[in-house]
Amino acid sequence: MDPRLESDGYLAHAPGYVANAGPKLITSRFADADSFTLQRYLATGGYRGLQAALAMTPQEVHQQVREATLLGRGGAGFPAGVKWGFLPPGKHPYYLVVNGDESEPGTYKDRLLMERDPHQLIEGCLIACYALGLQQCFLYVRGEMAQAQERIAAALNDAYEAGYVGNSICGSDFSVDIVMSWGAGAYIVGEETALIESLEGRRGMPRLKPPYFPAAIGLYGQPTIVNNVETLSNLPWLLTNGAEAYLGHGSESSPGTRLFAVSGHLRRPGVYEVEHGVTTFRELLYGDDYCRGIRDGRELKMFIPGGGSAPWFFAEHLDLPLEARPVGAAGSMLGSGAIVVMDDTTDAVKAAWRVVKFFARESCGKCTPCREGTTWLEQILRRILDGEGRPADIDLLLDIGDNISPGPYPVAAHGELEAVPFPPRQTTICPLGPSAVAPVVSTIRRFRHEYEAKITRRDSIPVTAAAPAGAVL
Amino acid sequence: MSPAAAAAAVFTADNEARAAEIISWFPRPRSAMIPLLHLAQEQDGHLSDAAMRRVGELVGATTAEVRGTASFYEMFRFEPVGRYLVNVCTNISCLLWGGEELLEHACEVLGTEVGGTTSDGMFTVDEAECVAACTEAPCLQVNYRYRGRVSHADFDQLVKDLRAGRTDIPRHGVLSQVRQRADDQRRAGAPPPEQAREAPVWIRRPDEQPAN
Repeated sequence: MDPRLESDGYLAHAPGYVANAGPKLITSRFADADSFTLQRYLATGGYRGLQAALAMTPQEVHQQVREATLLGRGGAGFPAGVKWGFLPPGKHPYYLVVNGDESEPGTYKDRLLMERDPHQLIEGCLIACYALGLQQCFLYVRGEMAQAQERIAAALNDAYEAGYVGNSICGSDFSVDIVMSWGAGAYIVGEETALIESLEGRRGMPRLKPPYFPAAIGLYGQPTIVNNVETLSNLPWLLTNGAEAYLGHGSESSPGTRLFAVSGHLRRPGVYEVEHGVTTFRELLYGDDYCRGIRDGRELKMFIPGGGSAPWFFAEHLDLPLEARPVGAAGSMLGSGAIVVMDDTTDAVKAAWRVVKFFARESCGKCTPCREGTTWLEQILRRILDGEGRPADIDLLLDIGDNISPGPYPVAAHGELEAVPFPPRQTTICPLGPSAVAPVVSTIRRFRHEYEAKITRRDSIPVTAAAPAGAVL
Repeated sequence: MSPAAAAAAVFTADNEARAAEIISWFPRPRSAMIPLLHLAQEQDGHLSDAAMRRVGELVGATTAEVRGTASFYEMFRFEPVGRYLVNVCTNISCLLWGGEELLEHACEVLGTEVGGTTSDGMFTVDEAECVAACTEAPCLQVNYRYRGRVSHADFDQLVKDLRAGRTDIPRHGVLSQVRQRADDQRRAGAPPPEQAREAPVWIRRPDEQPAN
């Protein structure tokens, strides 16, 4: 193991998770080695949120979620209670699709929730189905996560047998099946309409918008709620303790807690449950209870605040709270709760190239600006790194970026916009293409000199070169 | 053997039964496409043309549609790979802790290129994108089972263990070793959407009439 990393507080059975001080709303069982079993779940208050929900009307349950301002934890941060309200009345059947296709670079939280506490997720699914009259739930787990699939399948089998899932749940008239499905390796399937395509047995390509939300037209053309694993994992606590108690954690506009995966050049990288909206990046990156600062006493160079798709941040952003609005106003996003920290030894061009390479590889190919543009960006960055960069390459990178995601980008450059607009400025159906622009623009803005230092060729295009003798023009 | 018997023989009898069970969970058979392709890959280690044809028959899709779907997802392999597929992550968090060097080391130790398979058919090495173990960089997966904070020495030991059979990692193609299963009377049922137009009983309000 790398001796530079501190790992006290780690749990052998939950690699990376650090049980720091602070409220535990969704990781309360992680310390138990058998947290994934029904027995442990029931012994620690499991399925009490479901019982509380069943004692209320479905409308009252929805109201609780709305009042708690539970924000979606998948990336967009949209309030779940509001999203739920988009279901058109009377167009049954409605479906629930659980997005467990966690693949945003730097993001590591849904896998922990699925592996360590599958019953919590199942209970969350049941509460959502009860509240909204959803007739079937499809729990889509990322293909590469064999253990998460195992834990969820086993938990479902136990829950079925014990009467918590399936027909006549807990003896009530509430009946719903939860079906585990799983992917086969495609980042884009995390986009909710692509996820639905995949669930219908097709190539996982995003659908044309509008409608912007599958709540209007989703799985099999029916109204469908797509929620993230972490979002749903909040529901058991919320229903057990009530919206008022939930609002007692975090900030007013971002209540509750959130899981942040903080990786990169840190003394103690880890997955931390953090009070939403009140903790700052500085506390999380430097606090003794969290990551304890940059490795080897080095300096911070830059960090990605919200997964591979987010524009990058620098030292001056450290005092921002972990809350969507201020982070958006500063020109980036909290996204999927993934923070990647890079110290002063990091090659900015190389780091940007690697993130861009990811998007180029994962582009589904449906939209030309993304399919061609991400590949161009990757190839140009690669040739700059290889010492084959041309003087016009920096402008070319920005121009290609502008074709995928028309500027100004990031939006904070002009100051008048409070947050990343929704839907984001893009020439594509989904935000994958624009995501590849973020690291390029971020690094060119701040480290243009690093790009220039790598571009040593001066012989790029001989504009006025004479035609070779004998050439036919 | 008749053509029908030959088609059925693509899956073992057990797997034909499993396929039927998987399909029964979904309102439309086509939704079982990816799980059934995984089942075929679990059986054979990769997807054969015959298996894709059989999956198409089972879910009501043409062989071209099955192949078109399968080829979108990078876990599906159309040629045999090694018993152990070693996916080394080089994405941003792993890059920062030597993921690229680990991939190079893996290729060097196993004597193969990225994407290549060792001559004894034991290992295929590939470059992976982020697999959600970012705090444990550099990380890799062997047949989608995680190893974190992998030093070069750790990697060498892992190879030794796998060659010697000291492992609980199943061969390539096997994902979850637990299957979802429930008695028929415990299940709520999965009717196709056109047969489920009424509001479910627990939410039915007097003002809500079924839409026609």
